[in-house]
Amino acid sequence: MSTVSLRGVEIAFGTFKVLDWLDLEIAQSEFLVLLGPSGCGKSTLLAAIAGLLEIDQGEIWIGGRNVTWEEPKDRGIAMVFQSYALYPRMSVRRNLSFGLQVAGMKRDEIDRRVTKAATMLQIGELLDRKPAELSGGQRQRVAIGRALVRDASVFLFDEPLSNLDAQLRAELRTEIKRLHGSLGATMIFVTHDQIEALTLADRIAVMKDRRIQQLGTPQEIYLKPANRFVATFVGSPAMSFVSGRIGEHGNFEASGWQLPLADYAFAAPPVRGATVDLGIRPEHVVLAPSDPHALPARVELVEPMGSDLLAWTRIGEAAISIRLPAETQVVAGDTLPLLFPPHRLNLFDAQGQRL
Amino acid sequence: MTAMAQPNGRRPKRLSAGRIGLYAFLVISALFFLTPLYVMLVTSLKPMSEIRTGNILALPAAPSLAAWNSAWSSACTGLQCNGIRVGFLNSIRILVPSVMASIMVGAVTGYALSFWRPRGAQLLFATLMVMAFIPYQVFIYPLVRMFSQAGIANSLLGIVVVHTIFGLPTMTLLFRNHFVALPIELFKAARVDGAGFWRIFIQIMLPMAVPIIVVAIILQVTGIWNDFILGLVFAGRENLPMTVQLNNIVNTTQGERTYNVDMAATLLTALVPLAVYFLSGRWFVRGIAAGAVKG
Ligand SMILES: Nc1ncnc2c1ncn2[C@@H]1O[C@H](COP(=O)(O)OP(=O)(O)O)[C@@H](O)[C@H]1O
Ligand SMILES: [Mg+2]
Repeated sequence: MSTVSLRGVEIAFGTFKVLDWLDLEIAQSEFLVLLGPSGCGKSTLLAAIAGLLEIDQGEIWIGGRNVTWEEPKDRGIAMVFQSYALYPRMSVRRNLSFGLQVAGMKRDEIDRRVTKAATMLQIGELLDRKPAELSGGQRQRVAIGRALVRDASVFLFDEPLSNLDAQLRAELRTEIKRLHGSLGATMIFVTHDQIEALTLADRIAVMKDRRIQQLGTPQEIYLKPANRFVATFVGSPAMSFVSGRIGEHGNFEASGWQLPLADYAFAAPPVRGATVDLGIRPEHVVLAPSDPHALPARVELVEPMGSDLLAWTRIGEAAISIRLPAETQVVAGDTLPLLFPPHRLNLFDAQGQRL
Repeated sequence: MTAMAQPNGRRPKRLSAGRIGLYAFLVISALFFLTPLYVMLVTSLKPMSEIRTGNILALPAAPSLAAWNSAWSSACTGLQCNGIRVGFLNSIRILVPSVMASIMVGAVTGYALSFWRPRGAQLLFATLMVMAFIPYQVFIYPLVRMFSQAGIANSLLGIVVVHTIFGLPTMTLLFRNHFVALPIELFKAARVDGAGFWRIFIQIMLPMAVPIIVVAIILQVTGIWNDFILGLVFAGRENLPMTVQLNNIVNTTQGERTYNVDMAATLLTALVPLAVYFLSGRWFVRGIAAGAVKG
């Protein structure tokens, strides 16, 4: 229930700079996801917010307080780790109560909180077991419980679901979302899994190369990626890209075909003759059999995916993948008439920035 | 009567030439190491008359503990004739605090070096490693000077400090390697829970280090018990350990050499390390394995 704000934060390990002048404002009760490839500094940033790491530059404010130099325990945060990090020689109950005992809390208050957390997470029967006697999913529940009892106003999650199998991952994901709803706490969640990011986040911060590449709602990130990296990293199956240039009349010209861009919402007016990349997501391509403007695409491969079909096609040289309803009758060798709705297009300049 | 299934044909060969060679080698090695122990044991149970005339390998005609008794309580170590029990008690008084101090200091240093990495940690670690490889005789004279300046030369405290110092490299390395293998997130979780340096060490890290503590105890008990030179130089006349007293008994020059008493005294001196090995063999192996795959 606290705001978190990072002001000009820089972190370096020796001469190796991990985060470069990072500004980030996280609203009260917001669910913010830090998304990025492994090694981009997500854990480092989270550790800095937790106070487990000293920052070299800048300030960290939590709940309107400058906590840059405060100990982790004084920041009003709780944290859940990828490897669960349960204390192996302590029972589940002791794992949950350890932090409260350290804080010198009264016994009955500790018991009350432990019972409450255990009920919320359905780990009541596990309280007297040791971590080694739990499954991966149960361990992560206990780890979340250890964060819950702290009554923190900010929860930090460092890839908490990465070590779980797909089914448990989905289950705990919804559970975390439900907890967020009922606790109303601010949550910062680190992941390299775009599905997790899209399903959980109020806002996503996509990170790479020491900085935040884009900060926005899942919708914005998905539909209006700020650069080619974000466009590629988010979305599965991936966005298709076609290289070309802006023609005389403001059209997109690829080798052998072109596309009018009159209805594209340019962020800046396009430069005639500039080389650009056009990106479109598979599900945004429209099959238009009767439209005279449709471009003919040759189907090279069809992948049935259960709920739908993925067709890998080519228009001239350009490779375009399209998502079709599962019952579509299409085989390799067919020709499909395709339309690209202008408001679904993404144009990137030679530097990869969105146009 | 029901017909039993009978084995048919020639009995399969179990023992190949290679096997026989292997067993022969093992038996010879075992004899090589056990013969001295056997000789010491039988000799210690014989009276001097039998030793003078008999075969060294022969069993005692009338086994007697007289030599053991004398070694324990009346053999002469230099001028006093109170047996080796004085040394035994001294050794215990040196051993217990030295083992405890060296393990505690080593565990704390290893923990600090693995999780906290204070400023200068690299330098301290490098120094410890160098110390581990320099023959410790090099340090003796400077330490003697320092100790007499500090007023703890020739005292129990002095010898305990010396054992703690010389145990530091091995103990630190042992514990550091154990702690380094633990997931760092465990430590971070404890920090978030508000635990500090000592609480994390005592309540979380030490309980996970039990197998390593056992290994450390074994190493230090045998090492410190078997020490001779440090005890001789630093412990002082009153506190000479058992090994030094044993040497005095065995090397007394007057009179006839009492082999049976010497042997008994030697066996008595070896008793503690032997007991440690026998009692802890399983733990020792388990501790090493646990250190490799983490507890
Ligand atoms: N203690 C450290 N010392 C030196 N480099 C580190 C340390 N921790 C992380 N790094 C480096 O910082 C970068 C970011 O690491 P991290 O924040 O763990 O990435 P992520 O969580 O996004 O996968 C990586 O290149 C990593 O190698
Ligand atoms: Mg990480």
